[in-house]
Amino acid sequence: MSQSATRASSHGRRPPILERNLVKGRTNEVSLPAFAFLFCEMLSYATKKSSGIQDMEKKLSDFGYRVGIRFLELIVFRDRIGRRDTRLLNVLSFIHSTVWKTLFGKPADALEKGTDNEDEYMISDNEPNVTKFIAVPKDMSQLSCGAFIGGIVEAVLDGSGFPAKVSAHATASDQFPLRTTILMKFDKSVLLREKSFEPR
Amino acid sequence: MLHALLIINKAGGLIYNRDFTDGLAKLTTNEYLVMAGTFHGVHAITSRISPVPGSSGMEVLETDTFKIFCFQTLTGVKFLLITDPSQPNADATTRKVYELYADYVMKNPFYNPEMPIRIELFDSNVQKLVRQTNATG
Repeated sequence: MSQSATRASSHGRRPPILERNLVKGRTNEVSLPAFAFLFCEMLSYATKKSSGIQDMEKKLSDFGYRVGIRFLELIVFRDRIGRRDTRLLNVLSFIHSTVWKTLFGKPADALEKGTDNEDEYMISDNEPNVTKFIAVPKDMSQLSCGAFIGGIVEAVLDGSGFPAKVSAHATASDQFPLRTTILMKFDKSVLLREKSFEPR
Repeated sequence: MLHALLIINKAGGLIYNRDFTDGLAKLTTNEYLVMAGTFHGVHAITSRISPVPGSSGMEVLETDTFKIFCFQTLTGVKFLLITDPSQPNADATTRKVYELYADYVMKNPFYNPEMPIRIELFDSNVQKLVRQTNATG
């Protein structure tokens, strides 16, 4: 009896996730330790199921893709009232600020254009929440756990109609040992379309 | 002053040790392992010889020149802090180390439970905590 009583009271305080209002979701934060443990298990799973580091990053990125594609749907509904961005820079700043804020509670630290190639853009985060507690051992030093975030970004870009190849790189500095950079290499079609927007 | 930190797993094995003060006599790794095992045994004995049932084991060992603080978690991991006899609040420091352990060791997918801790992030955060504590204490 006591069990049903507590369930009723907790039910009264906080309805199950499917009954909550989608729009009023911004204060629904997830505990970081809980997520850290989940991500920890995801990484262990990826390690067990993959043959090498590239394979593992691919798996992580796939996990991220599945999050991102659903997340885009939600965030467009919540923050953009169904409006869709058509320009490249708008989409990038949407990811840099809105997506990052909703996911991690802060905007990303840098949004840069690649110096060598026209079609490359980079988003950097000095201390990503996702990898906050993870120290990659020396024998796997090429592994970047930010591949998960990369997957999210790739899905958001794909879903917005800006297909791109996304990769994550650890760009540690002394000040920020966990700094991660997401490199986005856009498809040719995106740049062609972008050119056609420009006034002649 | 905090002199050293040791972490002992539930089987009595030493999984982490760091000295923080230069100029003190050092133990070899082997001696540290023996000390961890011995302490583990003594801790178990102290919890048994208590006249009151359900007692925890030894928490502080005090001498003229140093103190050892021991904090045992619910899962049986022991944090040993060797300090100056005048160190205040060492108890709180062991809790903070426990917090760091929970964050940077247990949430690290590359760490195998019960094995020695070789994690840079944990190292650097412990160093930071010790520096802070030694500066204020």
